[in-house]
Amino acid sequence: MGHTLIEKIIMKNTGLDTVSPGQIVTVNVDRVMIHDIFIPFVAEKFKEMGFTRVWDPDKICLIYDHMVPTSAVEDVRHFQIGDAFAAEQRLTHVHRTDGICHQLMPEMGYARPGQVVFGTDSHTTTYGAVGCFSSGIGYTEMAAILGTGELWVRVPETIRIEIDGELPGNVSAKDVILTILGDLRADGATYKALEFGGSAVEKMSVASRLTMSNMSVECGAKCALVAPDEKTAAFSGVPMAEIAWLKPDPDAHYERVIHYSAAGLKPVCACPSQVDNIHPAAELVGTKLDEVFIGSCTNGRLEDLAAAAGQLEGKTVAPGLRLIVTPASRSIYIEAVKAGYIETLVKAGAIVTQPGCGLCCGRAGGILADGETVLATNNRNFLGRMGPSSVKIYLASPAVAAASAAAGEIVLPE
Amino acid sequence: MGMTIAEKIVARAAGLPEVRAGEIHTVALDKLLSNDGTTHLTIDMYHKLKNPRIADPGKIVFVVDHNIPAENPKTAAVHKKMRDFAREHGIDMLEGKGVCHQVMVENYVEPGQLIFGADSHTCSYGALGAFGTGVGCTDMLYAIVTGGSWVMVPETLRFNLHGKLREGVYPRDLMLTIIGDIGANGANYKCMEFAGDGAHGLSVNDRFVLCNLAVEAGAKTGIVEPDEKVREYVESRGRKAENLFVSDPDAKFLKVYDYDLDKIEPVVACPHFVDNITPLKDLPKVEIDEAFLGSCNNGRIDELRVAAEILKDHKVKDGIRFIVSPASNEVYLQALEEGIIETLLKAGAMVMNANCSVCWGSCQGVIGENEVLVSTGTRNFKGRAGHKTSKVYLANAAVVTASAVAGYITGPEAL
Amino acid sequence: MAQFTGKVWLLGDDIDTDIIIPTEYLALPSVDDMKKYAFSPLRPELAGQIAPGDIIVAGKNFGCGSSREQAPEIIKHLGVACVIAKSYARIFFRNAINNGLLLIESDLHDHVQEGDTITVAPGEQIEAGGEVYPISPLPQNLLDILEAGGLVRAMQKRNGLIS
Repeated sequence: MGHTLIEKIIMKNTGLDTVSPGQIVTVNVDRVMIHDIFIPFVAEKFKEMGFTRVWDPDKICLIYDHMVPTSAVEDVRHFQIGDAFAAEQRLTHVHRTDGICHQLMPEMGYARPGQVVFGTDSHTTTYGAVGCFSSGIGYTEMAAILGTGELWVRVPETIRIEIDGELPGNVSAKDVILTILGDLRADGATYKALEFGGSAVEKMSVASRLTMSNMSVECGAKCALVAPDEKTAAFSGVPMAEIAWLKPDPDAHYERVIHYSAAGLKPVCACPSQVDNIHPAAELVGTKLDEVFIGSCTNGRLEDLAAAAGQLEGKTVAPGLRLIVTPASRSIYIEAVKAGYIETLVKAGAIVTQPGCGLCCGRAGGILADGETVLATNNRNFLGRMGPSSVKIYLASPAVAAASAAAGEIVLPE
Repeated sequence: MGMTIAEKIVARAAGLPEVRAGEIHTVALDKLLSNDGTTHLTIDMYHKLKNPRIADPGKIVFVVDHNIPAENPKTAAVHKKMRDFAREHGIDMLEGKGVCHQVMVENYVEPGQLIFGADSHTCSYGALGAFGTGVGCTDMLYAIVTGGSWVMVPETLRFNLHGKLREGVYPRDLMLTIIGDIGANGANYKCMEFAGDGAHGLSVNDRFVLCNLAVEAGAKTGIVEPDEKVREYVESRGRKAENLFVSDPDAKFLKVYDYDLDKIEPVVACPHFVDNITPLKDLPKVEIDEAFLGSCNNGRIDELRVAAEILKDHKVKDGIRFIVSPASNEVYLQALEEGIIETLLKAGAMVMNANCSVCWGSCQGVIGENEVLVSTGTRNFKGRAGHKTSKVYLANAAVVTASAVAGYITGPEAL
Repeated sequence: MAQFTGKVWLLGDDIDTDIIIPTEYLALPSVDDMKKYAFSPLRPELAGQIAPGDIIVAGKNFGCGSSREQAPEIIKHLGVACVIAKSYARIFFRNAINNGLLLIESDLHDHVQEGDTITVAPGEQIEAGGEVYPISPLPQNLLDILEAGGLVRAMQKRNGLIS
């Protein structure tokens, strides 16, 4: 019988002839990502476990993003511990001010098609967009990987999601994944793999696919894969011939196959305070906003900034509303400068910040006051994530966000 | 007997033909500035008044620049309080547009005005021949309610500047040298007046650098004798330049200093006082963790150009955080147009939104235990930029940028 | 594992990691500094009320959200004997086992009140209000980690630091 994409990656990695869902296997880790919040804990556990050398310095990426720029003196302690660990273990892939880990991992080619990658962050699922088995783990497991280069995983069941047809002009990958989350619910894919396919996914840019895979963890998924194509090969800088094996078998067994007609999808928002609390944006029109945030590993890429600039060209942000734009990486910021998006956004009244996690991780970047409402393009709207518990967080696409920033309330993009 | 610039401005504000240093007068204020450092306290006091009223909301400007974007619920609440108050009373509120003194000079200040700001660096407005001075929030509240206040007319220290700064030497070096010479309290309560061909040779931006740091010598204000450059700057922005006051030939100065600009050399203010000045060439090797280019003192297009010129051929050293925060969105957009932002980003700098950043030291780049910062900010007091064990050195934009490349404090010629 | 008895604290569905420990407290120096903020967005007083040996009973998808391992660590440090939820998010599940925090999957949430006293026999059953609710045992590889006292100790054994 045939295999799904995740099964084939695990088989190739382990050398097993076949695997089936529920089986527990040990994988050889191709790359790991550790970010600034957790490096002190990883370093401590690593030593506590009795390890002295990491299994392979070249396979380790250390990325500072949650605390960049620092907003408290204690933040620097994380850099100091990270720098010391990097020096001691001779790590070379260290990024201190270059952007969000989940953007840099695929952008810099650290996470590639067919690889097995783990990160100390739940949104590590992002790299599935380039056909990589990537998943989030805790710092204790990361410490164990640093010492051993291995991790046990349970082979997940796969849910196949087929999206066919043409997306309407004002509907983006963000709307697609939010719609899916609303249907699957927050625990609908727990322990499972998602596999995206269909003509609409084939037409999507790699950036859009990254948005879809990124948010898949919000329905509990272990990973969320898209079979690589020519676009992936170009993005990841690998020859197509090398990654042609990365596709599910025609007779693969899926736990479920869910079909969507792209033409029927609409702009949607996740309403406070669950990511699966999805409503059509049209039903929320008129909801007053105090702040709009465009950024994060979900929607801080060039096409997102382009969409925002497109909505705000020649317009200004509504009086009294803050629009905060945080590019996902240094290179995206540079490209957006060159393309003129940044100029458009700043002229419209946006506050453009240094690339990093910014407001999404709730440590800085535009925290809200009691009773305020924010519309954001990131991945989570949990209670208390961006300020006091009374803050209401809506999640939407960059186009909805930017159009709403100009209106001062939720509106549909043009 | 003649009057100084400061005396002329106070006389105008008091509606008197003549005032003298040492006198106390009731004055009408032209503008009032308050930022997110303290406005919430002023608003709280305002609400405790029996009959709260505002003399003229049109004179008041609120600026959010110290903690923007907000980094915690506390600062978010401060901003909200300002926003609600400004909306209720029809007060101009600039949020995230830049550092307060920069946006004031860009948008509000006119020559000859008397301006109170709830921030010590309000003395910057002397760049346009205005008298700006910092006050606490009680004084600010009184001014908001009455539209006026009292001032003691300051004595004036006159600085006659001659000639031109050499290449690689900046107005910041000149002002730090002066502060080193007269000391951190050398101009207490006084006005530092700058004149002479050397002063008139400076651009408005350069004059801003001098006046801004006047408070670091204890001065009540700093004023550069205004001229046609000031008129041009102000009128090009649709404002009036009616009162270009200059000191009379027989005005009384407490003391007159002469500085030959071509003798000034790059200097560094060492921890933990602004008057702890060492010539750059005499500074032992000081390794740094962070470099900061920005602030109301040194975050204008001129300084960003200096940084970009260096960084077009060099990269920020691995492990060094080089923070650049343009002083305003106007500066940012200009830098964008000139390709400077791109150059800085490509070289590895962190480009921030326009804000006070680490000069304020409560967010956006604060430094940690035992860390060393070289900065174009205004102050190097103990703990100013973060942890109490950290150290701050102040230097010019070229030195700060070159240090970010080298990893230790140095001038660009060493790269 | 021996059977134990404890008092129930009842929570709902989708208790996410930002509720268990908000991001702003993650940079505090230790888990003990953080634990007083546990569950603070939802029930600020709860962390102070939980006593060692108490049991958290919740609905579905407990621990959804981020990979922050402080979430299970803090629950462990509060002295919670075990968490009984309808289901768990996967990273939280792995993190809990790796920190030696016992998780039990059960729909007990629909059958008990806050403050009830229940008795748990791991791998076998829960007794609550006179009713018995069977529970299934964990897979052997996870039991090995739990029985070693968490993944750190399991690795210490591997590396010969302890026997």
